[in-house]
Amino acid sequence: MTGPGATDTSANVPSRSGRAEPRRRGQVDAAPHPAALHSAAAAAGGGHAAAARRAGGAALAVAVLVAVPLFGNSYHLHMACLFGIIVISAMGLNLLTGYAGLISLGHAAFMGVGAYGVAWFSSRLGLPFYLCLPLAGLLAAGAGMVTGLPSLRIKGLYLAIATLAAQFILGFVFNEWESVTGGRGGTNVAPAQVGGLLLSTEREMYYPIAAVAVASLLAARNLFRTRVGRAFMAMRDRDSAAEVLGVDPRRYQLVAFGVSSFFAGIAGGFMAYFYKVVTPGQFSFQLSLFYLTAIVVGGMGTVQGVLLGAIFMTATPSALAAVAGVFGPLAAGLLAPLREVLFGLLIVLFLIFEPGGLAGIIGRTRKRIMLITAAKE
Amino acid sequence: MEFLLEISLVGLAVGGVYGLIGLGYVIVYRATRIVNFAHGNIMMFGAYCYFTGAAVLDLPWWAALPLAVTATALLGTAVERLLLRPLEGRSQTVAVMATFGLAAVLHGLVQLLWSARDVFMPPIFAQQPIVLGAMYIPANTGYGALLALAAVGVFLVLFRVTNLGLAMRATASDQVAASSLGINVPAMFNVTWACAAATAALAGVVVGSITTLNPNMGRIGLSVLAVVILGGLDSLAGAILAGLIVGWLEAVTGFYLGASYKDVVPFLVLLTILMVRPHGLLGAPRVERL
Repeated sequence: MTGPGATDTSANVPSRSGRAEPRRRGQVDAAPHPAALHSAAAAAGGGHAAAARRAGGAALAVAVLVAVPLFGNSYHLHMACLFGIIVISAMGLNLLTGYAGLISLGHAAFMGVGAYGVAWFSSRLGLPFYLCLPLAGLLAAGAGMVTGLPSLRIKGLYLAIATLAAQFILGFVFNEWESVTGGRGGTNVAPAQVGGLLLSTEREMYYPIAAVAVASLLAARNLFRTRVGRAFMAMRDRDSAAEVLGVDPRRYQLVAFGVSSFFAGIAGGFMAYFYKVVTPGQFSFQLSLFYLTAIVVGGMGTVQGVLLGAIFMTATPSALAAVAGVFGPLAAGLLAPLREVLFGLLIVLFLIFEPGGLAGIIGRTRKRIMLITAAKE
Repeated sequence: MEFLLEISLVGLAVGGVYGLIGLGYVIVYRATRIVNFAHGNIMMFGAYCYFTGAAVLDLPWWAALPLAVTATALLGTAVERLLLRPLEGRSQTVAVMATFGLAAVLHGLVQLLWSARDVFMPPIFAQQPIVLGAMYIPANTGYGALLALAAVGVFLVLFRVTNLGLAMRATASDQVAASSLGINVPAMFNVTWACAAATAALAGVVVGSITTLNPNMGRIGLSVLAVVILGGLDSLAGAILAGLIVGWLEAVTGFYLGASYKDVVPFLVLLTILMVRPHGLLGAPRVERL
């Protein structure tokens, strides 16, 4: 159920299955499609090969991830760290929106909670890096669940509005609670430290960020083989049917908010260590828009979509800046509004024309290639 | 005490303007079940159109105002036709994201077209403050509220007495029945969006003359979202009533606690009402049938 368009099936499920059924029955008599034969053969004889290929791919990915700091310069590493942070946070939002079908317009605020959490835990309590991050994640998860509390009474649209309210209320808290957040000027964060090792540059921050990013992708992928993950998707696809089957939507909505904000909090915590300063401006409405664009462009409801969205969103701002740089300093002032127009347009166009996002496009292309190669055999 | 009274009156005046903005949300929601997150930015677009007419082209207000309202109404129809019609039948979540994206586009576009700086709108009202006994009410706020309430009144009457208004209300209450009676439902959606955008343009002009004009004006639209939730998303009277309540609350907290508290009041009201009475003060409770 993670294919393109799976996020908004509530309206067209009956019609779609109604149309699909007779076609499927008709196919029983027809000769099996070559592609079907091919994949059947692959499933019967090539299971071992596929597993080996997957293991090889994973080993390659790990090798690349480990090698990046050995060959990259500090700009590459800076971008790699940003990419990792975007992956973690976008995965969180995708869990909520893509898998559980709930929408958050306040994702940035939960990242902010994590970032301020790290700042506070590390400077006031003097906790080490590896405790600060999970605690910040839990703090953000708490804030997310409080925001999700109205979901005990409301759903859908109203919940979206509640998350918007959370964005503004938390933004207000970041600005005004000066004794903790440092007000408008923000607060400084001491570099992370593990044992005697100071993690102050991009190069040193890279490994922890990469490790957590990989872990969060794996965790998310595995979550959907569990009871909780399946409950999320059932809730998304038809909440009343899920309820009949024993999924308590209220409880799982809260869980979804908690898990999603936990990811956001960890990502925000990394941002705090990475930039070494936390200001309210970092976690504005615009950042929530940024993450919404990331998951819509990448593809809602897939892990692959998170990766594609994160690549896209890491590359686009620098590409835009490069293009604007060609036109001189006048264009530089127009960068922020241009970016906003672009992100907004991307959301709208992808929703209308390609609800599966880049992941959907790639999935379709791959299927077509497989069909063509199977036909040739 | 005098102070409280004066602050309250100003708050109520601002609340009247909120009512006008809220009207735009409510008519769109009633017809299409969509909450338009871009409404505040459509309002801002209208205000900039008026600014262009009145300050750049140097037109008198009675020419610039209809021009701005028409241009914004056209924007409304374009949004309905190009953005929301292709998304019909998709879930509400998708519509929320789409209007959110539209809000970003408008916010960026206005900065590209008109720059991000604050600009002053040419005054539309007489500039002497309104004096009631010992109380002063700033002219723009006072007259603005009167204009807003007059606009709300005109729209409500038009909905009641014209055939078009009747068709729009029929569409809002039952699409299938309306369609079977020969009403062109998609066209009604289109007209509804145009009307909502027109009220937004009027509201934008009023808000722009109370404060200055800048691309962040659309933020008010999000505060008014709190107003319409409080009033009930499908209740016109609720929008007006809640507008007055929230306007008053904002003014009073802003005066006693400081200006920055003012901005957070609507959202606190919003969260409270969502937990206690999600359908709002005057809205119809939602009954779900399977």
